[in-house]
Parts: sequence; structure tokens; C-alpha cells
Amino acid sequence: MDIKEIYETMDYGTAPESTDEANAWLAKNNRIFGHFIDGEFVSGTGHFETINPATGKSLAHVSQASSADVDSAVAAASHAFYDWSKSSGFERAKVLYALARNIQKHARLFSVAETLDNGKPIRESRDVDIPLVHRHFYYHAGMAQLMSKELPHREPIGVCGQIIPWNFPMLMLAWKIAPALAMGNTVVLKPAETTSLTALLFAEICAQSGVPRGVVNIVTGDGDVGDMIVRHKDVHKIAFTGSTDVGCKIRRATAGSGKSLTLELGGKSPFIVFDDADLDSAAEGVVDAIWFNQGQVCCAGSRLLVQAGVADKFHSKLVNRMKKLRIGDPLDKSVDMGAINNQAQLDRIKSMLSSCDPSKITTVATTMPDDGYYHPPTLIQDVETSDTLMQEEIFGPVLVSTTFRTPSEAVALANNTRYGLAASVWSENINLALGMAPKLKAGVVWVNGTNFFDAAAGFGGTKESGFGREGGWEGLMAYTRPVNVPKEPAKYSATETIINRAASINRTYKNYVAGKHSRPDGGYTKQIADPSNAATYDIPISNRKDLRNAVEAANKAIGWSSSTGHLRSQILYYFAENLSARANEFAALIDTFQPRGISGADEVEATLETIFECAAWSDKFDGDVRNVPMRGLALSLNEPVGTIAAFAPAEHALLGLVHMIATTIAVGNRVIVFPSEINPVTAGELIQVIETSDIPAGVVNILFADHSDIAKHTAMHMDIDAVWCEENAAISSMVEEHSATNLKHTWTQMNAETEIREFLDHAIEKKTVWIPWGEG
Amino acid sequence: MNMSNTINRNICHELDLDWVMSTQANQSAIERRAATLGTRRSVKKEFQAAWLARAISCIDLTTLSGDDTEGRVRRLCAKARHPLRADLAKSLGMDTLTTGAVCVYHEMVSAAVAALSESQIPVAAVSTGFPAGLSSLKLRIAEIEESVAAGATEIDIVISRRHVLNQDWQALYTEMKLFREACGDAHVKAILATGELGTLRNVARASLICMMAGADFIKTSTGKESVNATLPVSLVMVRAIREFYEQTGYKVGYKPAGGISKAKDALVYLSMMKEELGVEWTRPELFRFGASSLLGDIERQLEHFATGAYSASFRHAMG
Repeated sequence: MDIKEIYETMDYGTAPESTDEANAWLAKNNRIFGHFIDGEFVSGTGHFETINPATGKSLAHVSQASSADVDSAVAAASHAFYDWSKSSGFERAKVLYALARNIQKHARLFSVAETLDNGKPIRESRDVDIPLVHRHFYYHAGMAQLMSKELPHREPIGVCGQIIPWNFPMLMLAWKIAPALAMGNTVVLKPAETTSLTALLFAEICAQSGVPRGVVNIVTGDGDVGDMIVRHKDVHKIAFTGSTDVGCKIRRATAGSGKSLTLELGGKSPFIVFDDADLDSAAEGVVDAIWFNQGQVCCAGSRLLVQAGVADKFHSKLVNRMKKLRIGDPLDKSVDMGAINNQAQLDRIKSMLSSCDPSKITTVATTMPDDGYYHPPTLIQDVETSDTLMQEEIFGPVLVSTTFRTPSEAVALANNTRYGLAASVWSENINLALGMAPKLKAGVVWVNGTNFFDAAAGFGGTKESGFGREGGWEGLMAYTRPVNVPKEPAKYSATETIINRAASINRTYKNYVAGKHSRPDGGYTKQIADPSNAATYDIPISNRKDLRNAVEAANKAIGWSSSTGHLRSQILYYFAENLSARANEFAALIDTFQPRGISGADEVEATLETIFECAAWSDKFDGDVRNVPMRGLALSLNEPVGTIAAFAPAEHALLGLVHMIATTIAVGNRVIVFPSEINPVTAGELIQVIETSDIPAGVVNILFADHSDIAKHTAMHMDIDAVWCEENAAISSMVEEHSATNLKHTWTQMNAETEIREFLDHAIEKKTVWIPWGEG
Repeated sequence: MNMSNTINRNICHELDLDWVMSTQANQSAIERRAATLGTRRSVKKEFQAAWLARAISCIDLTTLSGDDTEGRVRRLCAKARHPLRADLAKSLGMDTLTTGAVCVYHEMVSAAVAALSESQIPVAAVSTGFPAGLSSLKLRIAEIEESVAAGATEIDIVISRRHVLNQDWQALYTEMKLFREACGDAHVKAILATGELGTLRNVARASLICMMAGADFIKTSTGKESVNATLPVSLVMVRAIREFYEQTGYKVGYKPAGGISKAKDALVYLSMMKEELGVEWTRPELFRFGASSLLGDIERQLEHFATGAYSASFRHAMG
């Protein structure tokens, strides 16, 4: 076209990014890659092609790791852990800083390689992915430096197996490797089989940045390699980002192994537009929510919920905006959407859309390249909640939309999903917008924005979107464990025991559900005797129906979760006060069942102190504000997990039970607790204390049950948010395995040494709320 | 290919305050979009040359100085007729290219009209007590009438910022309507002086009201405020133009003024117009740059395109 013609049409032409450097790097490696193990590149076997999704043509060959490769990578990591974990924070900070700098120095090479292998527009890899990558390494260089002073009671876990997806290959690598190394762990990382190249380029950078041999190991291959890592006996921690299906498999595979686990899984995040929003900006927000990275984003705003009064207007703006999107060669700097990462994913998107009524679908009539895996931006309007497309993650550039009438209906629709990763809220009314944030069941809430990420702000999901956080201080939890410091035995002044049980009237123990004493559904009790066989007690045997009722009661008591810390604190103090009034009686009971170990009187006193400590924290377990590069606030909020089911330890029937109750309800959870099987009587007596302490009905529920019978039903219950049991409990493996049904949180690593603070950390869910601000 | 140059001229509409007050502008989100306008599109090589030629065609070549003289204005007008050095224009195949208009104070209108006779280049006069707009209403209206009588076919009026700052939307509407009536057949550009309106919401609302009252163009600034044209302000105004078009069917033009001096900035503005409104809004009928030094940078870039060597300002005729 001559200039005069372009002058009339105002076409963009093409603006291709050069691939010379990236091709030179591939050529230097003969376009064949092995693995990076123990600081060296080793040639692999079972080579397979990695494809440029923009063209469908081969870029290079990468290797399928064998179990011997995985073994040697894990062995290298284990060996390196010894020195690396003992190196000073300053030493590790220097290495992480060098990684940050070297990635930054080669930023354009990483960006181009990422776009070639992944298919995302060069604008995104250049302006979003890679800048976030070096930001993550810089931030964690600081965390390495600060660890010894700020986290004195935490230590590295060991060898971390890290399995990452293809949608953000380098960024997910950074999210995994930076915190792991900062905290003194070593890693074996497996990139997705379709996007291994930038991880291998990163391996070269490691060698240049002073990363000691074996600290970072990269093995490539498909899901079988991931499975080998997951099941490897010398791997202590698994971090996985990917699909919910694979996440469930990993949860089952690691159950009972003692491996610590974090999962960042799928989502179907709501994008909520109120009628007072800046609709043009919200429409632009949708572009960033669902057409960023071709919609292949776990936290993509893929469900549009728009207030009925502005629905037509908003959809019309959105359709007009869609028409302006340019789809094509991702290396073209004027392209908004590149290629879907792989053929299988493209097929999956198409097949999900195949059942949809075509009249509801709006796409952009645009020419797309003949080769490569492209899908146009797509909007599907008037999708009902019952429609699969509204429920299932599509993981492509497809937005489904429906309308709502009121804020509470918006919340109900937003939360009507098995996922809980992110949410975006658009309104110019501060009361409405900020008020939505706590009601949305999601790990991240963006107010008048979407897809904000930063190393300082926690990211991660609830429900079937997984557990664990990446970024911020909370992200370090996943790569450290508490240093077990033996507690000083509590020393309390002994109290005289005065009780004469022989004179008592026949005693009846029942479950305690919804603030009422209830007989077990099955109608059975079992008789237990104290160790000296001086007396026997009839204890209810609960079944799954009792569990069902208890969960219903707990979930009805949701008001507790929004009650004030001040109220919860007062109630806990009152609980302690009422227990104290019956201290002698409980001490005697403990002494009866627990003839050895600490005295009953001491246990009661320790229990009272535990309640006091929880009461103290109730109004002080604060969130904080994160220093993110944005004008506004990123709030890191501590929200209750929800309904927690907890198996009290066998020993310390009072202290252990009260730990489960007080730590959970202090921060707003409702709890279903299963008392010690050896000494359920203490719990039976405690019920009267609980019900006289102003604890609202349903907040604390006590079920007497055979732990091994009820554990499976508990772990499988879809409406329980977390299950706790003691370390080494016979049921812990069962709990972990069956929790995979809805990926509820499990915490099976507590013991008698565990600090209250640690309990509280597990009793909350971090929510990051991003609030950009400013006018004028 | 030929595009129609006739735009169905905006008319005076009823003041719709419900519409005005429902308009929102979220500054943070607007700034985010503005920040990616320059990174989402890139025009290179002959495309860039053509786009820069298009930018020239949209420039209101401006002089608004206390020391303006007829001679200075004649030189500017000559530059408007031949914005590119002859050999450069020829090599681009753009030898009939002119700027969009010449923009001067009232006293310079007749000199400019004379200097531009037989060209198709309109003379625009800044008016209504430019830049502050605080002379009497009677005088401001009379100023418009005199400039039109002197041959100006475009009148750049300034609105009373106090009406916006006091949220006296009715007064703003009435004033604009009077200005439009005084312009008669001359096209009226409403200068909002966005740097003095406090918030982007005020910019959005003032934009709508001026369009309701019949403005042919809305324009950011006089060039005399401390903050002039910015991309966030521009986004707000072009979105208001889009909304107005969708609601009424009338196309209103946009003129960012002040602070746009680089060829690269001009490309970003043009792509913003194309993305937010469409190609039609990249033509002088609906888009102008109010700029004095932009042309010089574009000339240097075009010479670089034509020769492959970086240029120097003395190689191009001063305006």
C-alpha cells in the first residue's frame, strides 16, 4: 500500500517483534534440550516437540524425564539443601538479587521466548509477565534478607517439588522458585510440557547468578513426570498450579505422606458491574479480565454479572469494544490477542461452546491466521446459572453473562460456584464496593479493577480453587514450617481436688448441636470406663446424619463470622470464667482419666490460659496493608475459614479440645469438634460450660464419635471448609485423601508443642482486597 | 479511496441533567487504560509515515502570543499551506497536504484569512475572552460575532469554569447555547480548560453539556493552563463523544490542545481516536491537534523515513 492509501484507511500494518536473539539461543542449543540437574544441563531422552502455537510449527525438542532423571534431580536437591538451608539470609538474598537482575538484563529475550512458546501477545510478555517475574525475585531477595529477624520461629521445609502450568510459564516459575529459595529450600521444578523453554533459559541464568549446584533443578516432561515428583519419598513439599482435576489427584496422592501441599487451581471468577459504575472503564476492565492472555488465566473474570438496569447498555459497550480487538500473530506489537497455547485446549474450548445456542453467542468477525491455534473473543449473553458454561471453567477467551437486581443477589450469584479464586467489583459507591469485598468468597477481590498482581500481595483461592497463598508474608507460610520449640511445662499452683462422683445422680451425655443437647441419630451409646474402672459412662455414638445436622447448624451460625472481635473476646473470657468456676470438678475428672502426666489442676489452668490467649487475639488478629506499586490500598484481610471440623487429640482431653474450640471461634469460625475417644466425659461436662457462656447456638458443636468412622464422612462433606486433626493421628491420611472431594483445607500437623498463633494462622483465610483510589 | 467530508452538523439539544449526572469517570481505571494506549498499538515504516501525514492534516497550526503580528501570522499561514518541504512531500506522494486550520487571536483573523485565500484552510479564532473567559457575556458574544464577520469559520470558545466548579450546569448549558448561536455557520469548538475543572467527572459532565448545547468540537485546553491535554482527560472526552453519538446520532469532534509536541504522541492520539471512536474521527472534520511545535517533530520523523538519516530542525522551514 502506498502512503496516500494508508493515509485514507489508517490501517495499522504490522509491527513484528524481532525473534533473532531467541532463535540464536535456540540454535545455540541445537533446538534440543535436556534437563537441568545439579547445576548442569544433562541430555535427556524421549524427546518431544514444543510447538509455537501461533504457527503450529515446531520450535525445539525437549525431553521426557525418566524416573532416574527425577531421582537424580531430587537427590541433587536433597544434597544441596544441607548447605543452602544453613546459608545466611544475606547469602541467599545476594543470589536472588542476581537472579532478578539477570532476568531483567535479558528481559526481552525472555519475553520473546515466552511468546514463541506460549502464544501470548508480546505486549503482555514484555509489559506484564516478565516485569512481574523480576519484581518477584527482587521482593523475595528482601524476604531472604529479613527471614532470620522477622521469622525467627520458622525454618525451611526441604526439597520442594513444583509443578507449573502453561499459561504464565515464567511468572509461575518465579512465584514458585523465589519464595522457596528465599526461605532456604531447594527445588525440583517441572514446567508444563508445552512451555518448557523459558524455564530452561532460566536454568542458564541460574548458572550465571551464583545459584549453588542442586538448589534449582528443572526437569521437563508431561504429567507422568509430575506424578513422579509428587510421589517421590524425598520431596517434602508439593506446590502445584494447574487444573482442579489434577489438584484433586495430587491431594489424594500425597495424603498421609506428610508432604506439605499448596494448590492454586481453577476458577470461574465473577466480574460484577453495578449500575453506578463507570461503564466505559468497566468494559475496559472486561478486556483485561477475560481477553488478557486469551482468557487462559485461572483468575479470569469469566462470569459477567451486570445489574439489570444497565445490562443492555453495558453489553452494547462491550460488543463495540470487542470489535476493536485485534487477534493474530502474538509477535505483532499491535495485537491484543494471540494464540491459544495448544491444540488440545483449543479443541476443549470449541467443544464446550458446541452445545451453546448460537443465537446467544457474539464473536468478532475477524480474520485470523490460517495456521496456529486461534479463538476469537466471545461473549455469551443470558446464560442461566444452571448452564454448564456458567459453572465450568472454560479457560479461553469466552465470557458468559447474566444479570442481577440487588447487591445481595449479586453476592449470591457470585458465590454460587465451587470455585473461589478472585472477584472484581465495579461501582462508584464506596459503601457498595467496599461492602461487597468481605461478602465475596474469594482469595482476591479487585475493586474497580481486575487482574492486579504484585509480589507483595497474597494470591490464592478458597473452595475448589485450592489453598495456600503466593506472594506477601503469607506466601512464605507455604515454604516454611514452625521450628518446634519444646514448651516449658506449665507450672500452676496445685488446687485441692474435692469431688465425690459416687454420690452423683445418673449422668447423661448427649451431642451438642445448634445450642441444644441432642441424642445421636442412631440411638446408640457406648459404655466407657475410666482407667481405674471405678466408674462407667454412656457416651453417644454419632453417625453421618449427626454430622450433617451439625454442619447445618454451624453454617446457620454464619453471623458469628461477621461478629466483632470485641464480642468474641468477651464471650471467650466469659467461657474461661465459667470454666474456672468448675475448675476443681474438671481437674478431678482429668486426674481420673489421665493418671499420669500433668495434673488435672494444671491442665485446667493451662486451658484457662489458652482461652485467655485466644480472647486476647480475638480483637487483635489484624490484617495489614501491602506496599504494592499502585495508588491506593492492597488490604490483606484475615477472614475466618468458615466451618471447621476438628478432631481433638486423645491426650489432654480438656486442653486439646479447648484448643480446637477457642482458636477457631476466636477469629470467627464455627466449629464441629470430636472429643477425645479416651476421655469423652470431659467434653460431656464442658457442654454445660459452653452453653452458659453466651456462645451463640451453632458456633460450637460437639459430636461424640468413633474418629475413624466419622473422619471419612467429615473429610468428604462439601459444606465443611477445613478439617483439623493431630499430627500422627491414625485418621490424618484418611482426612487428607477424602478432602480431595472439594479440596477443603486440612491441617494435620499440630501437636502439643504447636503455638496458639500457629492455630490462628490456620483458622483464617487471607483475602487480598485491591482498592485503587483517587479523583482530582 | 474517498471518504465523505460532510458531517451532519450537531444541533442544540435539550439539557438532559439525568444523563449528565449519571455520568461517571473512574480516574484510576481511566489512567490504566490511558497507560496502555501507547503500548497496545504500534505503527511502523510506511504506515507510520502515512499516520504522521494524517496528523499534519489535523493540526490547527497555532500562534497565540501577545507579540503576534500580521507578518508572523502570514509566515504561519504559508507553513500551513506547505507543511512539508517540497521534496519531502513529493517523495511521500503527499504534495497537496495542508494543516487542518490556522488558529489565531481575533486581531489576527483578517491577516490569516488574506494569507490563506484560495486555500481550503479554515481560519480559527480563539474567542470569548480567551483564555480566562471572564469578560462580560455581552462582550464575549460580540467577540464571536466580530471574528465571524472578519472571516473566521471556526471559533474556539472558552467555557466559564466557574459554572462547572459551582455545578451550575444550567448556566453552562445556556452560555454554550448562546455562543453556538452567535457563531452562526462558523463551527464552534468548546474549550473546557480541563486542567481547571478539578476532576475527570467534571470533564465528562461538562463535555456532555457542551455537546447538548450544540458544540461542533470539544477541546481540552487553551494551552495556557498549567495542565493541558493528557491521555486520561482525552479518554474521558472521547468516551463522552461516543456516548453522545450513540444517544443522539450526532458526531462531535475532538481537539486536544497544549502539550502535544512529539510525533510519537500524535500517533498515540490517533490510535486512541481510531480505537475509541473509529477511523472517521482521525480526520480533520472530527479531529484536530491544537499544537505549535508538533509539526516540527513530525517533519524530522518524515525526513528520517524518507532518507534513513536522522534529521535536524534547521532543515525544515519554520512556521
